[in-house]
Amino acid sequence: MVDRNALGAEGEPFILEVERGKIREYARAIRSEHSAYLGDERPVAPAHFLTTTFLWEGDEGNPWPLVEMSPARGMHAEQEYVFHGPPPRAGTRLTCRSRIEEIYEKQGTRGGGLTFVIMTTEFRDESGALRAVARMTAVETAAVPEKPAPDEGPEEG
Amino acid sequence: MGTEWDDLAEGGAGPPPLVVGPLTVTDSVRYQGASGDMQPIHHDAEFAARAGYAAPLTVGMFPAGLLTTWATDWLGPEHVRRSRVRWKTQVWPGDVLTCSGSVARKYEDAGERRVDLDLVCAKQDGSVAVQGWMTFVVPA
Repeated sequence: MVDRNALGAEGEPFILEVERGKIREYARAIRSEHSAYLGDERPVAPAHFLTTTFLWEGDEGNPWPLVEMSPARGMHAEQEYVFHGPPPRAGTRLTCRSRIEEIYEKQGTRGGGLTFVIMTTEFRDESGALRAVARMTAVETAAVPEKPAPDEGPEEG
Repeated sequence: MGTEWDDLAEGGAGPPPLVVGPLTVTDSVRYQGASGDMQPIHHDAEFAARAGYAAPLTVGMFPAGLLTTWATDWLGPEHVRRSRVRWKTQVWPGDVLTCSGSVARKYEDAGERRVDLDLVCAKQDGSVAVQGWMTFVVPA
């Protein structure tokens, strides 16, 4: 059950090194053979590569557990990455910070409330410039077997 | 060379779809290892069964990633400025996915040429697995 007290919670900043081998592994996993990933000495990160915060954040960097979303009733609804300029290349050291940005309710069309939670992560390079922002939306349904219907996505915005 | 600005038209469909499948659990395993998200429901059959699933549920970021691959193979990975995906239907081993899209908007913003794409990753029965929206810059 989502704990509204998690709203505004922030993780500790953590480092993510954008690495050539990791980019290659990720590009292979999403079936790309683009030379910008596989042929370049300093390849560019794929569009969703920054999801690899999983490997870097540690417990202190990740405020998500504070949300206490039910594993049985929770699901990843939407994901967004916005880049300020080109996506980062291998060799870039990013400082990342995650925050529980929004928690809101919406009535499902099949009855029962849906609770949406948005966590944002900011990625800054060595110069302090904001390079990317990730926005993860998860939803918790009121009843166990109900998953949101396609028309019950997050709010537009 | 890259796609030319004049070749892009609003409503234009771009290259042929990327068709992937039938999917296997290995697709999820490879994606999960790459991303670091080791949620067992996507690869551990016993864990998935205890959760009430007949098979490991394919990790959603995998079809989402295929959508980005279709788009970045077309317009260039270094030109991505935004990618947003929404999951609509669960994906399972055995499914065949078709990723495609079209130009929703062609415009200039702060002196940069940009296109917004509408993207769809569909299953073999026509249902939408993942809906996507991406923005690319198009260099002169």
